[in-house]
Amino acid sequence: MNTQVATTRTITYRQALNETLRAELERDEKVFLVGEEIGVFEGSYKITAGLLEDFGPDRVLDAPIAEEGFVGAALGAAMLGMRPVVEIMTINFSLIAIDQIVNHAAKMRSMFAGQVSIPLVIRMPGGGGQQLAATHSQNLEVWYAHIPGLKVVAPSTPADAKALLTAAIRDDDPVIFLENLSLYSAKGEVPDGEQIAEIGKAAVVKTGTDLTIVSYSRGTTTALEVARQLEAEGLSIEVVDLRSLRPLDRDTICASVKKTGHAVVFEDDWLSYGIGAEISATIGEGAFDFLDAPVRRVAAAEVPLPYAKSLEKAALPSAADLARVVREVLNLSSTPNDK
Amino acid sequence: MAAKARTRPKADVEIPGGEPADTLRDYYERMSLVRAFELRSSEMYARAKIGGYCHLNLGEEATVVGLMAAIEARDYLFTGYRDHGYALLRGLSPERVMAELFGKVTGVSGGRGGSMHLFDKETRLFGGYGIVGGQIPPATGAALALKNQETAGPHAAAVMCLLGDGTTNIGAFHESLNLAGLWKLPIVYVIVNNGLGMGTTVEKASAEPDLYKRAASYRMPGIRVDGDDVLAVRDAARDALKQARESRQPVLLEVMCYRLRGHSVVDPARYRSRDDTTIAQESDPVPSFRAELIASGVLSEADAAAIDDAADARVSEAVAFADESPEPDVDDLFKYVYASTVANAPSALPGEPVMDAL
Repeated sequence: MNTQVATTRTITYRQALNETLRAELERDEKVFLVGEEIGVFEGSYKITAGLLEDFGPDRVLDAPIAEEGFVGAALGAAMLGMRPVVEIMTINFSLIAIDQIVNHAAKMRSMFAGQVSIPLVIRMPGGGGQQLAATHSQNLEVWYAHIPGLKVVAPSTPADAKALLTAAIRDDDPVIFLENLSLYSAKGEVPDGEQIAEIGKAAVVKTGTDLTIVSYSRGTTTALEVARQLEAEGLSIEVVDLRSLRPLDRDTICASVKKTGHAVVFEDDWLSYGIGAEISATIGEGAFDFLDAPVRRVAAAEVPLPYAKSLEKAALPSAADLARVVREVLNLSSTPNDK
Repeated sequence: MAAKARTRPKADVEIPGGEPADTLRDYYERMSLVRAFELRSSEMYARAKIGGYCHLNLGEEATVVGLMAAIEARDYLFTGYRDHGYALLRGLSPERVMAELFGKVTGVSGGRGGSMHLFDKETRLFGGYGIVGGQIPPATGAALALKNQETAGPHAAAVMCLLGDGTTNIGAFHESLNLAGLWKLPIVYVIVNNGLGMGTTVEKASAEPDLYKRAASYRMPGIRVDGDDVLAVRDAARDALKQARESRQPVLLEVMCYRLRGHSVVDPARYRSRDDTTIAQESDPVPSFRAELIASGVLSEADAAAIDDAADARVSEAVAFADESPEPDVDDLFKYVYASTVANAPSALPGEPVMDAL
């Protein structure tokens, strides 16, 4: 990212996305948006507010409820040089389009020996904790992060939302752009002017010397909160924000763990075979001799997420869970407040 | 299988007046080339020169020639996995197509796609697709791009999207036709109805076996044509493309033909009744078109034999080329994964460390 920053503004993650879409629609006439309810309704989460009015129905295209159809159509338009940005209402519904994403978008360039590129962005929010119950609360990013040919990014701040979305739209490959329901209203400082992130790079968002927390998206905001809380207790925690789930910046993760000797992964997806499993294996391979304790994962309980608030809260990984595990890894006793 | 023994008018044996003899001769040459190529593909598969899945256009030659005579160079073509004949008649050399089947670097898709995934950007053959119905949403999106990039008219481009009869039951078909009807896209969906989805008849797979009638749900014209009649196929496809390019009216065209052999080269098709096999053989468009042209004086027996020999020789050249071509270089394994360079892109071969442990 450009580090020559003159001034900043404080805006929400939602505003950051909206401003970026607007800027890219203005910059390049090949960019168009397509999705359910993104025009007249302005998006289920109002990310596309005002864009239909300003850019018209050819650039902000309302699609019927047909994820496989319109995701595949966006892919076909990308084959002819357009730069579609698809909104899927939530990541849960992307499963209906998964044939087009996994069997087609991810494969075409390789399978056709580079004769065609797919400059396609698929934006979609994941996340639980809104009492939306099992089918509407999933964190399925690992499904896409597993697939060669895709790029998967997951910004945690408004600034990164802007810089990564700009990069994604200008990238010539299919990019899965993971948003999170609980981040849309989060505020943060965003530098003025154009910012373009480098896909495939993680960021150390807080430095520390005792333990590394690796996280992404919403998880990073919780990790920072916990790190600051523990700092008051005299612990020095480093936080690595993955930002890109594919490719994965293994070097940044391992460099941090080599320094701290302890690692905890904080992830919103389910534990088995999740993002944390890959991070743990990476640390095992790249920083084994530097570890003073086993790597731990704080992930969602492996159940279809229930509706009832009490059960939902128990199933999702919380700041208290993370703080407790950090202390366990550092072999410190937990305080009663964390339970 | 009784339901498969469809009765339908036999192809008109008389050459319609005004069709130039050169055109008819040309069509026969193309049919003969597809036939020779597919027979040789089958042979090369048996000799293990070709791997994976391999689906042939045998019995569908009149359909292939008719459709490819109708499509213009500026149009985009998307197909399913039974794609060899279409690639040949789109103008790709038999050498490059056979080399792809052989998995050679000189193949149309660099040896990375194989039989089901023939792609050539230059001739706007936008893929061969191996997943049933997978090509339909992208083809629809290509038409969406054309609608935004061009003005409708006789010189505008359109998309032709081929699919099989079995494909009309998958969601992607219905979602895509709905989008095309809703958004007024310049696309012609062509159902190549050979009566069988693998071993299942249309009647056993589709509640409405008159597949062209499905167009009514999307307010688009649905047309059925005899796929053994090359001129009828060409004219119907041309008319459909005209509606697409000039009026942004998507069309569903159903072409009725027979698959002469099994689903793929390894399928002996024992599920087919003797009656059905007999009908398929009797309606084989290659010998019948050949006989028509001889009967009507367009070709002599010697001319026809010379055309067949030339096709065979052409395919022999393609086989020799494919045989001699090099395999793709393993050093290029990751070459086409991403178009934009990206930090930390994986490049480890199986068993190689992903991290330096020190």
